[in-house]
Amino acid sequence: MKKALTFLLLALTPAIAAEAPVYDLGPPVAKIGAELKPHERIDELVLTQLTELGLKPANLSSDAVFVRRAFLTVIGTLPTEQEARGFAAAKQPDKRAQLIEILLQRPEFTDFWAMKFGDILRVKAEFPIKLWPNAVQAYHRFIHTSVRENKPLHLFTRQLLLANGSNFREGEVNFYRAMQDRSPKGIAATVALTFMGERADKWPVKKLEAMSGFFAQVAFKSTAEWKEEIVYFDPTADKDGLTKHAMMPDGLAVNIKTGLEDPRAIFSEWLLRPENPWFSKNWANRIWGWLMGRGIVHEPDDFRADNLPSNPALLAFLEKEFATSKCDLRHLFRIILNSQVFQLSSVPVQDTAAAVAHFAHYPLRRLEAEVLIDALNQITATKETYSSPIPEPFTFIPENVRGIALADGSITSSFLELFGRPPRDTGYDSERNQSTSPPQRLHLLNSSHVLGKIKECPLVTEADGGDHDLNKLADKIYHTLLARAPTTQEIETLKAHMTATYSSGSSLAADIVWALINQPEFYFNH
Amino acid sequence: MGGAPFSRREAMRRSIYGSAGLLLMEPIGIQAAPRATTIAKDGKAKSVIQIWLWGGPCHIDTFDPKPEAGREFTGALDQTLETNVSGIRIGQLMPQLAKCADKYSLIRSMTHGNNGHETAAYLVQTGRASERDVFPGLGAVVSYFKGYDAGYKGLIPPYVVLTQPQGRFSEAGFLGPRYKPFATGGDPARTPFAVEGIVTPDISEEHQKERRKLMGSLNTLGGALPGNATLKTVVESEQQAYELILGDAGKLFDLSQEKDEMRDRYGRNTFGQSCLMARRLVEKGVPFITINYQGWDTHKQHFQIMNRKLPELDQGLAALLADLSEHGLLESTIVWCTGEFGRTPKVANESPWNGGRHHFGKCFSSLLAGGGFKGGQVLGKSNATGEEVAERPVYPADVIGSIYGQLGIPADAPLPHPLGTPTLVVPGKEEKVPMGGLLKELI
Repeated sequence: MKKALTFLLLALTPAIAAEAPVYDLGPPVAKIGAELKPHERIDELVLTQLTELGLKPANLSSDAVFVRRAFLTVIGTLPTEQEARGFAAAKQPDKRAQLIEILLQRPEFTDFWAMKFGDILRVKAEFPIKLWPNAVQAYHRFIHTSVRENKPLHLFTRQLLLANGSNFREGEVNFYRAMQDRSPKGIAATVALTFMGERADKWPVKKLEAMSGFFAQVAFKSTAEWKEEIVYFDPTADKDGLTKHAMMPDGLAVNIKTGLEDPRAIFSEWLLRPENPWFSKNWANRIWGWLMGRGIVHEPDDFRADNLPSNPALLAFLEKEFATSKCDLRHLFRIILNSQVFQLSSVPVQDTAAAVAHFAHYPLRRLEAEVLIDALNQITATKETYSSPIPEPFTFIPENVRGIALADGSITSSFLELFGRPPRDTGYDSERNQSTSPPQRLHLLNSSHVLGKIKECPLVTEADGGDHDLNKLADKIYHTLLARAPTTQEIETLKAHMTATYSSGSSLAADIVWALINQPEFYFNH
Repeated sequence: MGGAPFSRREAMRRSIYGSAGLLLMEPIGIQAAPRATTIAKDGKAKSVIQIWLWGGPCHIDTFDPKPEAGREFTGALDQTLETNVSGIRIGQLMPQLAKCADKYSLIRSMTHGNNGHETAAYLVQTGRASERDVFPGLGAVVSYFKGYDAGYKGLIPPYVVLTQPQGRFSEAGFLGPRYKPFATGGDPARTPFAVEGIVTPDISEEHQKERRKLMGSLNTLGGALPGNATLKTVVESEQQAYELILGDAGKLFDLSQEKDEMRDRYGRNTFGQSCLMARRLVEKGVPFITINYQGWDTHKQHFQIMNRKLPELDQGLAALLADLSEHGLLESTIVWCTGEFGRTPKVANESPWNGGRHHFGKCFSSLLAGGGFKGGQVLGKSNATGEEVAERPVYPADVIGSIYGQLGIPADAPLPHPLGTPTLVVPGKEEKVPMGGLLKELI
């Protein structure tokens, strides 16, 4: 495997503006038949439905679009100039599948998905979650390790649900601490949201009360150690006698032997049975939503009788794949990423809500705040300084830490806030905001922050003068920022600008870098 | 407040970049907090200018002089000035303010008892001392009730800080980033006033226009996706941003549009020109402006620094009150000038201080003017040395609540507490926040 993948490391001589289609290739082809691979089954399920609905799928994305999309979606990282060139030049027919394998093993994969899990698991030191720094580190480490080891998600979930011990030493116990309302009802509502994708505030009151019986014997106590807290099973904690009336969300009544068994174990056993209709569906839908920009049930954490999946057969298939693969996160990634559906262009045939809901083209998504700042830093070779304002103990954050690797939701910056980093207060998927606003545009257009980065950018400082180098300069900047070569028309535009402003060298390079940073093609995943 | 989660001073020194983004904060982009049904009514006051003397000025060198207390208290500043209101005397370095005491009132019995910069600032900005959660400062609360959610339409954000933000516990608290201030950065005493995100000194207007043209003609993806709704939002956002960069909206920050005499009147220094800028923002209908005037933390060289700073404060503030009045804006604009605390009335003459003053939250003074508050009054009293409140203690929550009242924000207007805990803008009895009562004497 390794040897075939060297194409990512090749530095190639710049090609001069090829006139291949910039964004898309030909139409996707659905294979039909019994012997389909999982990713082909996804294509069949989506493309068949589109045909039934009279919708046409977009064309397949070009290599340049694919390489950028794969990097940004799978590892939250912009491909470098060399990676983009290497992929474009590689001749292997299965190079997309090979790239996907590489990305699934990259260290940034772990950082990025630990970040996404951190959002829904509310990893945050300060108000209103108040885990405190030591516990944040332990919790984040648990999540990070689980993602790196590709721990099956049912095992991961069981460890969170059955956690006991010190918040500093058993990272997973922080699941019970990372919520604003730690009453049995509050815990039950959090469990429903996180692992069942349902919002308990839309349930009948009785249903939540019955489920809270499984969490009425979770107790918390502090120790002599500053901010240390022990989470443990304590049969006497149930002051309101909730355990007696415990009932599963599907109405299954249980008889819990008080003091002899931890009710959480009984709940977890019910939740994690392979045939449980909630657990696999929730993760399959969330993962699809993360990769495709939209859940099959949308919002991905709002399963309700009156909020139907846009493609029930697809959801059922993914759910089955998830369960039979033993809740393997990377397996689900692999089959979705290898599908033509993931690889469709974002240029729609019909730009309608129905086309979006049924995945007829890839949606435009503004880059996540952390991904965007990392991308800006990568192309300009600059750094961001993050500091922890939370005392006792102060968290030291190394200078070169990337936004996607920040463990703590309390450690933030005005840039991250402006670009919609989730506050991690509730665990709702919708906390992350990826819309575009005037203040964001102003920031990229004209803030001292971004202009300062452009000034320091090696593409700018190392640009040599003379218009005979414009092709070379543009080719380098385009590959670094947009992972593709400039088109002849773009080169013409640049020539005209150069003539109009008499600029060359650094000042011309600064103009080009600035103009590209401000293209939706740069700050969107498309 | 012992053990409250407050940071070192370093952590307060936030870089301001990013705050450019707070310009143009539209309802899109950052989610609004869930709206309370109570909408503020129109009040007498439309705007607030908060002059924040960061570090804490000494009350007995400024608004509560104690010439009788002796040199160990007064130091070299042992004279006072008679004002144009009989019975009110102020410190010797403020002759301009002495001529217009009818325009403002003094509160000489401010108290909260806290001597830490961040904790005291949090108290004076929010009126509360909660350790459980982080309350919003009054600027953010005004932005919540009078800003975009309440129909404010300006391109300039409803809550502006000249020029550096006050730091972590003086901001939006649990209301969230949507209600944070826009900190301008730059320096209004320099030309140009380099307002973050709006004025870029090293890129000429011509160059900005060329760049904009270039950006437009390179939008290849936009060309491939005609009519795309997402990209339409981008274009609209961009147009608004350029209203500030190249259009008329940004010209508001161009102080060279004011006559030279006007600029001289305020004093050609950062504070003076910030006061002038604040008046221009008030004219544009911006509901809350903070002038974050730093440099009042004088443990050493206190008197040297006062000799330099008090004339600046005197000139800028007096010019602001007169100018607001001439523009017919004083009746609708509250001016509140305060630090987070006072300074020890007894001068620290011992080494290493050699003539310094330390933090003092037990008793200090504030100046309050305009927006329907009476002028020419003194509220409360300190004892003979300025070390104790003698009459009518006034707590931060009293002042803040009274300011809300003048703005038409009722005392029982609810704040959207993230845990759903019923929380009113003015602390209710159950919160056990010390209060001396709203400032009825000045209304």
